[in-house]
Amino acid sequence: MTLATSTPNNKDNNLLPMSKQLSYRRAFSLVLKRDLTIALRHRDDIINPLLFFVIVITLFPLGIGPEANTLSRIAPGIIWVAALLATLLSLDRLFKADFTDGSLEQMLLSPHPIFILVLAKITAHWLITGLPLILMAPLLAVLLHLDENSYGALIITLFLGTPVLSLLGAIGVALTVGIKKGGVLLSLLVLPLYIPVLIFATSAIDTAALGLPYSGQLAIIAALFFGSLTLAPFAVGAALKVSTN
Amino acid sequence: MWKWLHPYANPEVSYHLTNKLLPWFSYLAAIFLSIGLVWALLFAPADYQQGDSFRIFYVHVPAASLSMGIYVSMAIAAFSSLVWQVRLADASAAAMAPVGAAFTAIALITGSAWGKPMWGTWWIWDARLTSELILLFLYLGVIALHSAFEDKNLAGKAAGILTLVGVINIPIIKYSVEWWNTLHQGSTVSKLGKPSMSLDMLWPFIFCFIGFSLLVGVIICLRFRNEILARNSIRPWVRELVEQKTQ
Repeated sequence: MTLATSTPNNKDNNLLPMSKQLSYRRAFSLVLKRDLTIALRHRDDIINPLLFFVIVITLFPLGIGPEANTLSRIAPGIIWVAALLATLLSLDRLFKADFTDGSLEQMLLSPHPIFILVLAKITAHWLITGLPLILMAPLLAVLLHLDENSYGALIITLFLGTPVLSLLGAIGVALTVGIKKGGVLLSLLVLPLYIPVLIFATSAIDTAALGLPYSGQLAIIAALFFGSLTLAPFAVGAALKVSTN
Repeated sequence: MWKWLHPYANPEVSYHLTNKLLPWFSYLAAIFLSIGLVWALLFAPADYQQGDSFRIFYVHVPAASLSMGIYVSMAIAAFSSLVWQVRLADASAAAMAPVGAAFTAIALITGSAWGKPMWGTWWIWDARLTSELILLFLYLGVIALHSAFEDKNLAGKAAGILTLVGVINIPIIKYSVEWWNTLHQGSTVSKLGKPSMSLDMLWPFIFCFIGFSLLVGVIICLRFRNEILARNSIRPWVRELVEQKTQ
């Protein structure tokens, strides 16, 4: 700060004292915009997890057999497990590049609360990976002969559930970002934490297929969403501090 | 209480404390376990329905409840290390993790060995079995994270965060698994409920339980002592200890 105030004429440095006055909303949208721009310039990073999602799902009918009854019985589980794995694949990108080029450290040093910055990065991650996944899901559900009653449940559970995957996954990435071979370790840490989302989401879709109300499961997924939304960024911040040290 | 606890933040004091505690734990564990196991395996009456195979209960139930107890104490240690920056708490958590994982594995293995004659299958996706399996995964994750870092302090902090995230998740996982199961199959769950037992079956169980808890105390003391020595190997008091031993 002293550097900036001593050279007020330098236009580049004028950014520095301003950054202290940035409101939380503005800091959030800046980080979000930055992450989205970076992601849009590396399109294969967006497309590859989606392709993985599609390919994994097409493997199941080939492995299990094409009978419509069997497929529609296991479709919710397959779609959700594939979504978990696709999220897991894309998680690595969340902090890795920023960690290697040092911008993550600068973010942690900035005067804004880490909570806001982390939340912005996770939101960007969800917009890039979670949202396309939701858009693809109905198409894949057709391929798997999912029961017609359960389409709504599938979309709603994905809408509420995939942010939880991004939020919980961010904790795992933040813990392993400093480790050289963090990829396998990441799946070991994160997948057990994903189990509740998987259980409730698939049970909601199954219940919907029977034509029964599934608002109870939705309420629990929503509770998981809000709980992780409020708590996970703190854990991510603490973990990032450990990792960048 | 804080004044009384404070000296134990010093590794040297804690080291001597473990030295003092260790004989107590080990002798008591030996006494309780030998009485409890002999009583349980040879003299306790056989179950009227399950016969002799119910005796695995005397190993299975202590292991299962200790596996959860160790996780909770690990979480407490992780919390105090993150909040009050107690370095030794990390060392104790690192000492506890493999013990907890071992007891979870014992609980799972004895459970499936018990399940084979009783239910006719080694494994079912019952609520308790599944949540115990997930507990094992959490333990393995913590251990893997511990060994992934070169720096022991960083490893302790990172594993501590994971432990705390896990401890929030354990009740969620437990209930999710229970509800998930009651949706699909309800009848098998009630079989696992603790049978109300007669006193001559209960007493050996109490002996076994205390014995196994003390055994956990012994193993954790040993591992904790090693952790302290390994982390403070350049300190003068450790060198003095080594010199005393070698003379």
